[in-house]
Amino acid sequence: MLRGTLPEPTPSTAWFWEAAARGELHVQACDACDGRHFPPRPFCPSCGSRDVTALRCSGRATLHSYVINHMVPKDGDGPYAVAVVRLEEGPMMMTNIVDCPQTPEALMLDMALEVVFDRVSDTITLPKFRPAGAAASGEAA
Amino acid sequence: MTRPLASIVGAAETTRLGVLPDMSELDLHADAALNALADCGLTPADIDGIATAGENPAMLAQYLGITPTWVDATNIGGCSFMTHVAHAAAAIQARLCRTVLITHGESGRSRVGNVPWTVPAHSLMGQFELGYTPTMAATLFTIPALRYMKTFGVTEEDLARVTVVQRQWAGFHPRAFRRDPVTIDQVLTSRMIAWPFRILMCCLVTDGGGALIVTSPERAADFPTRPVDVIGTGESVEHLMITEMKEYTASRAFKVAGDAAFASAGIARADVDHLMIYDAFAHVPLYGLEALGFVKPGEAAGFIADGHTAPGGRLPMNTNGGGINYMHSGMYGMYALQEAVRQMRGTAPAGAQVQDAKISVVQGVGGMFGTAGTVVLARR
Ligand SMILES: [Zn+2]
Repeated sequence: MLRGTLPEPTPSTAWFWEAAARGELHVQACDACDGRHFPPRPFCPSCGSRDVTALRCSGRATLHSYVINHMVPKDGDGPYAVAVVRLEEGPMMMTNIVDCPQTPEALMLDMALEVVFDRVSDTITLPKFRPAGAAASGEAA
Repeated sequence: MTRPLASIVGAAETTRLGVLPDMSELDLHADAALNALADCGLTPADIDGIATAGENPAMLAQYLGITPTWVDATNIGGCSFMTHVAHAAAAIQARLCRTVLITHGESGRSRVGNVPWTVPAHSLMGQFELGYTPTMAATLFTIPALRYMKTFGVTEEDLARVTVVQRQWAGFHPRAFRRDPVTIDQVLTSRMIAWPFRILMCCLVTDGGGALIVTSPERAADFPTRPVDVIGTGESVEHLMITEMKEYTASRAFKVAGDAAFASAGIARADVDHLMIYDAFAHVPLYGLEALGFVKPGEAAGFIADGHTAPGGRLPMNTNGGGINYMHSGMYGMYALQEAVRQMRGTAPAGAQVQDAKISVVQGVGGMFGTAGTVVLARR
């Protein structure tokens, strides 16, 4: 899989990346209005409360929408999906779908997914998703 | 219809459009500005308000020799110029200035002296999107489309038809980049960019610019050109990251901006004779037709298939061919405004000119569905 620009955490997001490095996916939960949000911020965008905490996700998600990017280097890997998944907890996040052919036939909207963690540097581990129950084979087919 | 908010008395694009490796981005701004000034018989000394996006307005003021009393650097992507028209009208009414120059110039294809769009790795986009290797607009703006297509039963043929119909309009425009007729089959066999989007469903990457001169409705009659009245405006922003778009089947920013523009103009959808919807990609006019209330959710593809937006149809749309065919330097909004002005002046090329068109709505988008600006223009 291609490697995009690596994230540089800020003070308000470092906790998310530290948790990801431990193999945990989090969204943000508001204790005032019960809103759930991603990406993280030190307040709730629904009600403005600063009373927010980290909510560990189940890792279950569904495939909400995607494109299959064909603008890839000729000597690199083939086309790959840039996907947006809806987490079981509510928020959506961008990701790649791994352990799955990168084709319209295999990538069906609303298919059940589960999180996997792709360690890309000492500090950054990217949450990615694979079809629920798929056997791990490392990288995308 | 309400009293005009302002009037456009000068309008012009750059002397040439397309592939211009001999011109810097700043020179494209200046070329468009000088053409618009000449259009209405002014010189830079007559300008006391300046607005632009992409370029720093201070650099543009220095380059053109303008010392304005009002400046607007709003940059919310390709619809920035719609917001400049709205802000200029408000500034003129507030007597902050009398004569506003709005410019756009972009070396989108040749990349000469251009200001690159960068996404820092510590920004939210940098942290939560770039790691998944999107290739900017073509793989971000397009992401909601599959959800829209599944929800409403819209097909790849429907996306292709947007290009096919707009190419009919482009054929009338000598300056359009892609003019030859095209079939649905040709669109569907063109090079794959990001499935389901083929290259002929994507906007062009070209060089060019455009400029407008805006003044008060009262002064407009003093100019040699036929004034085009600004009778309504609206704007909104929703997000910068496509994952934060609330609904993938409809644009909230389009709806908020569009509703505000129709309300301020005091017109109904049925009053609209001509429509421009910023078509960064083929799905965007579908979202636009629905958000603006011309059709119900899910009906836009059928509306286009029935010929209503095509030459001879009852709602001529994107009559320059759109960003997919006419030109698209990266921030297309200015070119949509230029075509609407031509239509309201009655100076569009033969075949493309909509007969007796009195009201035009111009819908702009910026970012990836994230921002919107709407301008309602009227023939005087
Ligand atoms: Zn809250």
